[in-house]
Amino acid sequence: MTTTAESDETVTTLAAYGAPTPPPRGGGRSLWGYLFMPLLLLSILVVLYFYVQGRELSSGEANRLNSEAILSATWEQIELTVVSTALVLAIAIPMGILLTRPFARSITPPAIAVFNIGQAIPSIGLIVLLAVVWDIGFQPMVVALVTYTVLPVLRNTMVGLRQVDASVIEAARGMGMTKRAVLARIELPLSVPIIMAGLRTALTINVGTATLGALVGAGTLGKLIVAGIVQNKQLILVVGAILVAVLALLVDYLASIAEEKLRPRGL
Amino acid sequence: MNDSRGSAPEARKIKIRLENLSKRFPGQGQDAVDSLSMEIPEGEIVILVGPSGCGKTTTMKLINRIIEPTSGRIFLDDEDVTQVNPDLLRRRIGYVIQQIGLFPHVTIADNIATVPKMLGWKKDRITARVDELLETVGMDPGNYRDRYPKELSGGQRQRVGVARAMSADPDVMLMDEPFGAIDPITRDRLQNEFLRLQEQIKKTIIFVTHDIDEAIKMGDRIAILREQSHIAQFDTPERILVNPADDFVADFIGRGASLKRLSLSRVRDVELHQWPTTHDGASHDEVRRLLEASDMTAVLVLDSQRRPLKWVNADHLERAGAGAALADIGLPAEAVVQPNATLSDTLNEMLTARYSTAIVVDSSNAYQGIVDIDTINETVRSMRHAEQARLRRDEHEEEVRS
Repeated sequence: MTTTAESDETVTTLAAYGAPTPPPRGGGRSLWGYLFMPLLLLSILVVLYFYVQGRELSSGEANRLNSEAILSATWEQIELTVVSTALVLAIAIPMGILLTRPFARSITPPAIAVFNIGQAIPSIGLIVLLAVVWDIGFQPMVVALVTYTVLPVLRNTMVGLRQVDASVIEAARGMGMTKRAVLARIELPLSVPIIMAGLRTALTINVGTATLGALVGAGTLGKLIVAGIVQNKQLILVVGAILVAVLALLVDYLASIAEEKLRPRGL
Repeated sequence: MNDSRGSAPEARKIKIRLENLSKRFPGQGQDAVDSLSMEIPEGEIVILVGPSGCGKTTTMKLINRIIEPTSGRIFLDDEDVTQVNPDLLRRRIGYVIQQIGLFPHVTIADNIATVPKMLGWKKDRITARVDELLETVGMDPGNYRDRYPKELSGGQRQRVGVARAMSADPDVMLMDEPFGAIDPITRDRLQNEFLRLQEQIKKTIIFVTHDIDEAIKMGDRIAILREQSHIAQFDTPERILVNPADDFVADFIGRGASLKRLSLSRVRDVELHQWPTTHDGASHDEVRRLLEASDMTAVLVLDSQRRPLKWVNADHLERAGAGAALADIGLPAEAVVQPNATLSDTLNEMLTARYSTAIVVDSSNAYQGIVDIDTINETVRSMRHAEQARLRRDEHEEEVRS
């Protein structure tokens, strides 16, 4: 089946796609390890809350810094992140599976090159470009985010599938497992750690980049930052920036837990 | 001698028949396997052995169609399986490879249960089978069932690999250098265990190796292959050693064929000698009397279950003083072999042992007798005479016929 020459070739072609995001080492963490990040983020929010409460707010500031406005902006940001990441998964994982099948060997390099373009364009440029040629709002923003983050997930899916020990696959086929069963029960589970690492990268990029949605009418916490800059209100700017950072850290924290929990036992 | 060896091939049912089997890989100028025809008798271990690149592994993989043949036919139990669904075919054939290929993300039990699950066995039946197989390969089910492969040593993984291949009780097993990646001591033990197992299960086994010594030890029949899987000689180990078909085979066997023949006889095939023994509660005077009565310089001390404990000689008694327990003095009884050990292994043990003897014990480690260098000498001599006599007889018969 797979000869040494073929696996060598796999290594070189994969190197051309750039290094995949490595999965984390080690297993679970202590209770303190689980609690540290949420407690830190919570205390930042509490400090921020009392700081804003203790200030005399101007009408412009009060308009922006109320729970309703902040919650809806946060929700817009989460919605963008979740929808775009879900689409990335729906596109990148099947694509990664397809591109690692033997029959797709010849179309793999051009396909990767196309997805590379998406990531090579600066995200702000892509967002503005889409706004000009298409529309502003939620949908173009989702398209921009997806274009930007398909590559890391695709790349990790391919590397994940290809690093599965050839002897494990040979043993499975040799026992009479169908190709489909080998994919579903051997290859995909064994790639989960690497695919999840790519997904975590995509999530982190998406939650951060979604902030730029404020520029093209997609709302998000970026609105606070933009308003702070435009109106020269330091307080709004700082609150917006801190909230974005807290949300990004929270998402990354949740993704890291998912990464741990979904990693098959025995690896 | 071992009764599965040396019997006429016609006496056994043919389990696998290969007919003009060829394989040419795309982009290659010549066949990797060129028109191979071969008959594999039921219940035997047939070894495919040859230099690297001779096509032995390819040949084995053609049988379960992991590699699809370019032309030719494969018969299993007289059924042409060249065209049947390969996945279904493979579920009938056990498969063990050198790297083992255990699934790292599932437990030992789930690894072993792979084929029974595909065959739709009931849960209870699968659980019972997994436990039975773990017992068979000498691993405690309670301890190992729920572990993951990375928690096992190389030898244990190999055992699980064999158990997994036997899970659905296939008649035929393909083994590609199954003991190749294991340290020599563990390999030797696994080989012996496997031979003992085979005596009970009597599977038809096709076994690939590049190691002629392993081939001689494991094989009921050996096919020595040269390039493109051309058969240089296909015969029992004895006949290959005594009568190599050509220079290629002679070269491949290498020098020391008579030494290699020791791998063909086992301790149970030779007559054991006896050594003066005593039990560990005996008095020093009894030991001294035993020593005087025999021409040996030491006695072998056994425990209450007749397991060898110590070698004790007159010097030891002298130094220890009266009253010292026999179990606490003397030299440890090393070089212990079981009846299924080959004479070559036994010779090895013997050379490093005290008194140039190997102690033979039965399966519960109770003392049976000893093998010494004279026994080995005798065996080599009588084997050579027997083979020469048979060759002369064969030649004579041919002359008579012609």
